[in-house]
Amino acid sequence: MLALEVNNLQKTYGNGVTALKGINLEVQEGDFFALLGPNGAGKSTLIGIISSLVNASNGETKVFGTSVQKNRSKAMAEIGLVPQEVNFNQFEKPFDIVVNQAGYYGVPRRIARERAEHYLKKLELWDKAFSMSRTLSGGMKRRLLIARAMVHEPRLLILDEPTAGVDIEIRRSMWHFIEEINRAGTTVILTTHYLEEAENLCRNIAIIDHGEIVENTTIKDLLSKLDLETFVLDLRSPIEALPAIEGIELVLKDAHTVEASIPKSKSLNRLFRALEEAGVEVVSMRNKVNRLEELFVRLVHADAEEVKEDER
Amino acid sequence: MSEKVSARSFWIGYQTILIKEVTRIIRIWAQTVIPPVITMTLYFVIFGAIIGRRVGEMEGMPYMEFIVPGLIMLTVITNSYGNVTSSFFGAKFGKHIEELLISPLPPWIILLGYISGAVIRALVVGLLVWLVASFFAGFQMHNIWVTASILILTSVTFALGGFINGVYAQKFDDISIIPTFVLQPMTYLGGVFFSVTLLPGIWQQVSLVNPIVYMVSAFRYGILGISDMPLWVAYAIIIGFGTVLFAVCLTLLNRGVGLRT
Repeated sequence: MLALEVNNLQKTYGNGVTALKGINLEVQEGDFFALLGPNGAGKSTLIGIISSLVNASNGETKVFGTSVQKNRSKAMAEIGLVPQEVNFNQFEKPFDIVVNQAGYYGVPRRIARERAEHYLKKLELWDKAFSMSRTLSGGMKRRLLIARAMVHEPRLLILDEPTAGVDIEIRRSMWHFIEEINRAGTTVILTTHYLEEAENLCRNIAIIDHGEIVENTTIKDLLSKLDLETFVLDLRSPIEALPAIEGIELVLKDAHTVEASIPKSKSLNRLFRALEEAGVEVVSMRNKVNRLEELFVRLVHADAEEVKEDER
Repeated sequence: MSEKVSARSFWIGYQTILIKEVTRIIRIWAQTVIPPVITMTLYFVIFGAIIGRRVGEMEGMPYMEFIVPGLIMLTVITNSYGNVTSSFFGAKFGKHIEELLISPLPPWIILLGYISGAVIRALVVGLLVWLVASFFAGFQMHNIWVTASILILTSVTFALGGFINGVYAQKFDDISIIPTFVLQPMTYLGGVFFSVTLLPGIWQQVSLVNPIVYMVSAFRYGILGISDMPLWVAYAIIIGFGTVLFAVCLTLLNRGVGLRT
């Protein structure tokens, strides 16, 4: 069954900006799906329409077969949303925020309290459950958003940059929790700027740019398309000039560092042989960037930073 | 899945909004409950006990007794209106209204929750003011059903008005403009401190377009048994006014005006 079905979805804002140009997208039940795109690509608009915060100009969105546009209540009952911005009442206590959210989904108060305790403990927030929310750290606030989104136990969890500004330790614990949720059967859609996150967690991916889906495939297939990898080589002794090697692009970043871009069809041995012949000694080597990040940058346009969508 | 969108789930959702609203009123009691009680006590002391002695009678009643229904109404109107505008606009401003907007709850439940919270605050504060009033003017009750129904209908009507204000408000100034420039003059000129029959010629006719005149008049009938207006006209106007506001609120919510992009 499809957890999410997006058909010819279009959105033009009142100021004339077209954020979505007829998007089609399918997410299978149980999937861990990455939705990537540069700032202003249309990700937040798409999530806004799925969660009914933004009205579509045209097209339809279905959640587990129920149209968001035609039967909003039933469709919304299946969704848990972790928004990009902290949007709970900072003068309320985390426990109350989570319990009340459960109530909006019809969860009786006694069960809501049990679930709030469960999720706040799972997300290591229980010792702050009865503190004022505004006293929580940035990472805690992010985790509270996840607890709130999970308390009605949705079948589709949408996370809009859940780990933005969160330190790596907390980020990893959040990944672990979300993976656990996905393994238990919840479909997860994740947008993130940490491409490593998408590569490690997700099975399928869509890349959105300028309001259009520019790639929609499995992470595995996408990575197999990567035909060029860039390595950073650290040299023992400083050099002034680089040898020319056919088919391999070398860039001298500084006297001790060389960047080598090598097509997958070429052997790394050729690079090392040529460097050795030129008297260049390599002491260490690493990937320049995450593989997916490299692909991402090539897939989206060079003017990716130009924000063309007014993010609500 | 179905239990998340059943009558029972909507009932739980409504109760949750109500609990949240009442918790908010209690949490900020120093802003919600105490100030109107202090203000009204001062009104009773100044206009009732000090100036009232020189005024003598109004419509055959001691002035102190005459102003009691009007001042309770003034409290109910400002508190029901103010509760919704501040709570709803606060939720909009802090973006936590999105908690409700992404939930399965239909707009009318959200509206009902906010209105109920406002009615509870208006009634609690109104009853406290009444308690203070009875200390100065004694307790009177001519018709409990008229009194109770007018209290509830008035608070619902002004809570609906406050909701519309909250929907359109973009900044905090926007939620004080209507209460200051519209609601306050309407209330003060609506027969709180005097009988509208005292107004000269044309102004008496003008006052008839002010719905607060009918509310105060009907409420005064409920407590003292005297009224400037026929009771049925007052009910028709309050219910009609409330129905129109309810329809406007629902339309705004359904269209997502000021809430959904």
